[in-house]
Amino acid sequence: MTTVRHALYAGARDALPLMIGTLPFGVIYGTTAVAAGLSPLAALAMSVIVFAGSAQFIAVSLISGGAALPVIWLTTFVVNLRHALYSATVHPAAHGWGLRWRALVAFWLTDEVFAVVERRLMERGNEALLPYALGAGGAFYLNWLSWTAAGAWLGQQFPDLAGWGLDFAMIATFTAMVAPQLRAPTPVVVALAAGTAAWLARGLPFKLGLILAAFAGVAAGVWMDRRNACREARA
Amino acid sequence: MTIAALLAGMFLATYLTRASFLVFGRHLRFPPALKAALQHVPVAVLTAIIVPEALAPGGQVDISLGNPWLVGTVVAAVVARLSGHLLLSLGVSFAVFGLMRWW
Repeated sequence: MTTVRHALYAGARDALPLMIGTLPFGVIYGTTAVAAGLSPLAALAMSVIVFAGSAQFIAVSLISGGAALPVIWLTTFVVNLRHALYSATVHPAAHGWGLRWRALVAFWLTDEVFAVVERRLMERGNEALLPYALGAGGAFYLNWLSWTAAGAWLGQQFPDLAGWGLDFAMIATFTAMVAPQLRAPTPVVVALAAGTAAWLARGLPFKLGLILAAFAGVAAGVWMDRRNACREARA
Repeated sequence: MTIAALLAGMFLATYLTRASFLVFGRHLRFPPALKAALQHVPVAVLTAIIVPEALAPGGQVDISLGNPWLVGTVVAAVVARLSGHLLLSLGVSFAVFGLMRWW
């Protein structure tokens, strides 16, 4: 029993630094969602039901750009597809958990929660991994909901925030996330391909250009990976 | 109604990826080629959102030093790239954007 409580607590504690790191994202998400025309309740409901920071952000920018529902759904799927990789990584350690617990941990398996759980898995194997994952996931979930609610409240108190250039807050946030990754040639080529395609396809309806550009960027990345692999094989 | 459909679709699109192995496990195998391709998704998607917004805010093409969205985005990129510090980059770029719009 104490091991379980210990592990729950340890999970929540280890998630704390990442929880603080998502404060600005949660608040900006909530504020921009309301500025984009969602009700504060809908903005919060998205956090409660979807619980996927970057996909929620992207959905809000798509909504304010007048995207069609299927485009938003498809983009969400493409953006979150990497979570299947997390699911596959945790799966071998989760055999004895029972379906309900696996289903719950799966719901909480964001980038941040996975990062915390994976480190524990590396260090301690699956010793008390379930309560640890529940502690990290639950704490992170409540944390995301709180910051979202704070942002939605802000957006409602100051309805003019949209006019203040809140759309800029969103692209500045995206830029600050992408720029540090542009240290190797491959991500630079990915960004160039995606950016060029998005620019050329920006006139397409329902924001379809975003999907096209995402595929262009990924294709360029795969091409670069192949080229690098060939070079290594020759060297 | 639309909100309900929006959230239901987004929930499915998100949960299916996370539940894939954990819930439907055993029978799945992750294709290595897909795994490699997925690494490029975040940079591709985010850049695809940033570029049109920065070069044509509100749909109006404006590639000049008088475009606060463009200058602010470049500043955010440079500060983030040099410092690796997210909040610093946001603070500096918000300040530049604000000054350009309301000075």
